[in-house]
Amino acid sequence: MAITRDEVLHVARLARLELTDDEVERFTEQLSAILEAVAKVSELDLSDVEPTAHPLDVVNVWADDEPRPSLPVEKALANAPDREDGFFKVPPA
Amino acid sequence: MTIDTLRLTAEEARGLVERGEVSSAELHAAYLGAIAERDGELNAYLRTVDEADGTSVPIALKDLISTRGVETTAASKILAGYVPVYDSTVAARCREAGLPVLGKTNMDEFAMGSSTENSAFGPTLNPWDPERVPGGSSGGSAAAVAAGLAPWALGSDTGGSVKQPASLCGIVGLRPTYGTVSRYGIVAFASSLDQIGPMTKTVRDNALLYRIIAGRDPSDTTTVELPEPVQIPEAEDLKDVRVGVPHELNEAHGIEPGVKEAVDRTIELCRELGAEVGETSLPRSVDYGLACYYLVAPAEASSNLARYDGVRYGLRVNGADVREMYEKTRDAGFGDEPKRRIMLGAYALSAGYYEAYYGQAQKVRTVIAQEHAAAFERFDVLVSPTSPTVAFKLGEKAENPLAMYLSDVLTIPSNMAGLPGLSIPCGLSDGLPVGFQLIGPQFSENLLFRAGHALERAIGFDHVPERLR
Repeated sequence: MAITRDEVLHVARLARLELTDDEVERFTEQLSAILEAVAKVSELDLSDVEPTAHPLDVVNVWADDEPRPSLPVEKALANAPDREDGFFKVPPA
Repeated sequence: MTIDTLRLTAEEARGLVERGEVSSAELHAAYLGAIAERDGELNAYLRTVDEADGTSVPIALKDLISTRGVETTAASKILAGYVPVYDSTVAARCREAGLPVLGKTNMDEFAMGSSTENSAFGPTLNPWDPERVPGGSSGGSAAAVAAGLAPWALGSDTGGSVKQPASLCGIVGLRPTYGTVSRYGIVAFASSLDQIGPMTKTVRDNALLYRIIAGRDPSDTTTVELPEPVQIPEAEDLKDVRVGVPHELNEAHGIEPGVKEAVDRTIELCRELGAEVGETSLPRSVDYGLACYYLVAPAEASSNLARYDGVRYGLRVNGADVREMYEKTRDAGFGDEPKRRIMLGAYALSAGYYEAYYGQAQKVRTVIAQEHAAAFERFDVLVSPTSPTVAFKLGEKAENPLAMYLSDVLTIPSNMAGLPGLSIPCGLSDGLPVGFQLIGPQFSENLLFRAGHALERAIGFDHVPERLR
């Protein structure tokens, strides 16, 4: 196995996913197979190659810092699962 | 007058409206009629829009394109019921061009998949054979155009999600050069790869739609101005076009014999139309492209999908505290494929693994771009099959994520390099459409349209599925 059950639980925690036991078992197996396949990238010696993060040669797109209208609070909250007094409402932290 | 939605191209439809023979609203109604008749079987649409709000040819939009006042779910339970309060730039440009929206099309959840089976709302079926998938992730848009349920549609392409379903449904699909079409208001998957692209019956329709949506958008700082205006192709020859046939893309493991035959015939046709055809090579792009993609795209997805937390929109499952609410919401809201990719991405980015996985994949990406650039020193376009196979059966690859990933092995390399790619139907294999992929340098859409149009005329493919003729 390229990834252990404990590592899957750790990654799920990082990603804020509460997995069921079935999911942990299934994903451990599937992610192992996928990781073995993608590990192929390490076969190449690329110590002299620069990484690419973005396919176009554009950098630093500047815009004037001018205030523009934004969404009114009512609209911004229109899809909120819960709200109170113009704020998003969540359970205690 | 009777409107034959199966055969009518968008350009013909536009002509009918311009000559006053049919109104935009009548066209819209004709397509809604076709949807009512045929989409119960196909499930290409997640929802339709009943009001005809435009002056020109109606359009179908993939359900990750935000539409003001019309539910937009990316085929995920976590966004069920989400109604955007603003339009994406592409939806706004369609509205400005007078195109009324017919509806929102089905897709793999968050555009993750190659068969549309990963939709939380059930799969779309292929109009050529309803036992088979339409490809994905833009399978709903592809099936809608192929089955005459929309004159044209927009999809999105990250690893091949416009080109591959276009191939499997026998239509034309363009993945534009990265940065030419705004992603403002598009549900994000992998931001260094995602592009919106037109899906149409003909190459000319494709150029017409690309002309409407392309160009810089101040709301998306990754967009750039097109270096030249979009030209609607006329030429019927390929004189002075140098066509490269990359060995690795044409001899890849898993290419079906029937696909190879149809593509080889089309390469021969390039010669007959006056092109100079030669062999070339992308030695590492195809071998390492898939692995590179399945590190870069999930890494970006793990970041992009962090926003689905039950706070501002979408599903919420309550918990004792905020953290439990996040975890329960995300477990209930995401399907298996987003969960796999989020975890794969989080793993590839995590301490101790970053250099070996994500860092190395970014370097492979440089190699892929360099190999393509070298091939374009000798050739104007590179050609290959779009998909190694014709449409496969529902369920055939659903249990094996890796087998599904291989569907995109031929579309991924050029996507990693930000290059445009056009898929056109080039024939049938066992009664199912085969797609021919044309790849060009960045911003070469006009050349791709020209070559695609000339080939399309010479091939004479009948885009109406045989069972519907």
